[in-house]
Amino acid sequence: MTAMLSIGGLWKSFAGFVATRDVSFELLAGETHAVIGPNGAGKTTFFNLITGHLRPDKGSVSFEGRDLVGLPPQKIVRLGIARSFQRINIYPRLTVFENVQVALIAHEGQQWNLFRPGRSLHREGTQELLELVGLAPEALETAGELSYGKQKQLELAIALASQPRLLLLDEPTAGMSPQETGETIASVRDIVKARGLTLLFTEHDMSVVFGIAERISVLHHGVIIASGTPDAVRNDPEVRRVYLGEHGHV
Amino acid sequence: MPQRRHLIASAIVVLLLALLPLAGSRYAVDLTTEVLIYVLFALSLNVIIGFTGNISFGHAAYFAIGGYACAILLTTYGWPLALALPAAVVLAGLVAAVVGYFCVRLTRIYFAMLTLAFAMLVWGVAFKWKEVTGGDDGFTGIKMPEMISHHVGYFYFTLVMVSLGVAALWVICHSAFGLTLVAVRENSVRAGFIGVDTRHMRWAAFTVAGTFGGLAGALFGMYHRGMYIENAFWTESAQVLIMVLLGGIHSFVGPIIGAAVLYLLQTFTNQYTPYWPTVLGLILLVIVMVLPDGLIGLVRRVKARGGRS
Ligand SMILES: Nc1ncnc2c1ncn2[C@@H]1O[C@H](COP(=O)(O)OP(=O)(O)O)[C@@H](O)[C@H]1O
Ligand SMILES: [Mg+2]
Repeated sequence: MTAMLSIGGLWKSFAGFVATRDVSFELLAGETHAVIGPNGAGKTTFFNLITGHLRPDKGSVSFEGRDLVGLPPQKIVRLGIARSFQRINIYPRLTVFENVQVALIAHEGQQWNLFRPGRSLHREGTQELLELVGLAPEALETAGELSYGKQKQLELAIALASQPRLLLLDEPTAGMSPQETGETIASVRDIVKARGLTLLFTEHDMSVVFGIAERISVLHHGVIIASGTPDAVRNDPEVRRVYLGEHGHV
Repeated sequence: MPQRRHLIASAIVVLLLALLPLAGSRYAVDLTTEVLIYVLFALSLNVIIGFTGNISFGHAAYFAIGGYACAILLTTYGWPLALALPAAVVLAGLVAAVVGYFCVRLTRIYFAMLTLAFAMLVWGVAFKWKEVTGGDDGFTGIKMPEMISHHVGYFYFTLVMVSLGVAALWVICHSAFGLTLVAVRENSVRAGFIGVDTRHMRWAAFTVAGTFGGLAGALFGMYHRGMYIENAFWTESAQVLIMVLLGGIHSFVGPIIGAAVLYLLQTFTNQYTPYWPTVLGLILLVIVMVLPDGLIGLVRRVKARGGRS
């Protein structure tokens, strides 16, 4: 398999604090890959560097052979990388429906259409996405008034609306009840399979990670200390020492 | 879809307005002409305020550019109205595009201050460029086309122009562009991550606002047969801003109501007292303290209460 995303020698520091330290990483097309590590390990920063939210101090990020460093988020999305956020990042005062509808409008480049009525566009597509993530009954509710778990689902629907080839999910189940977690993960897995997506995600729930990841990378203090199949990572002595040990048996 | 209902309601309003001259009151006709002009001016400003969430403190600049340009082209250069008016509107839009290019790099108070700074520059040009603009004597004696030189003719002309302008703004605000602007306003980071170039969107909104502000200004100049540097002054920008806030920024019709109410209040206040600035201060106080979402918000709240009981 070929690498869809290649990252080489990536560095990022905040006021002297190194959050990403010489990270090199390859993501294969079609794989489901988890990035794990304790809080503050630098997982979110890593996602921010890939998606253009932050600019790396040094290093390269290339997606399907294209250099992403320096591109703004909107250009990177258009290349086929969409993401969800660990901290809810939606339009809280718009309806659930509009949250997704606007993403579809943007995906089609229709944000420059000054004549077509916005609300009449992509009604079916929006409805389908809401059904996919189980939010159809809440379509007309104000997004900010949804439960935390449902706002997370909405994050997912918005990301999917950009029809990415690479999907980045930053802690998609954080704050969800066990039941919501199970449902979300099941639907993510189905969507990824049905659409042939490459998935890169971070997750604190180890049963989720070991349940769906084909490969796992472990970040610790901004360094990738191990990368490989779940079995290889599970049995890696360094990983057990710094991370999995704390989480008990996995 | 409430669209059809809106269309019928608007048609009725326009029709009723069209009947106004039959009442035979010159005063009413003139007053309404001016209200219509301010309605368009306020609506144009709300494309920036309501739809991008930034406050412009210099919208009078585009009003003045449209007004002066139309007046000068008609009078100094003898252009026909059919050329002078579109040219003035395009010029206002172009200047807005240039100014907006810089302004949309900033947000919040920095954005507001930059719009103010550019507007003061425009005022400075109108003041200093005496041979073209008439300086602080104003540009007077505009040559009006025969057809609209009578006050009733001008009223109908304004009614048609403002109706077209309002209709165009309605379409733009409810378009895919308008909906995306709302997303940018609500969460510009998220909007970036769905593939929207938020700065370009805000730039386009600024340009649209300046263009229609220019049309309002052109109508204003011809109505008064003159343009004056006060029309470019920051107090003019403040006034239209208050109209928008008074009506309510998060609704399309809000600024229409705000413009009409504020203008009429000003006119009537001026008949009885010289204290309009004081009254204006009180109005502002009321907006800030009890009407944060304007008169439209008040109407909605009353309606919601009525619906419940
Ligand atoms: N924008 C920022 N400014 C300053 N420090 C930051 C910023 N973003 C992240 N950090 C710091 O970088 C480290 C890694 O954070 P983060 O990437 O959020 O970790 P994780 O997602 O693995 O929990 C933390 O110590 C955090 O405080
Ligand atoms: Mg994180």
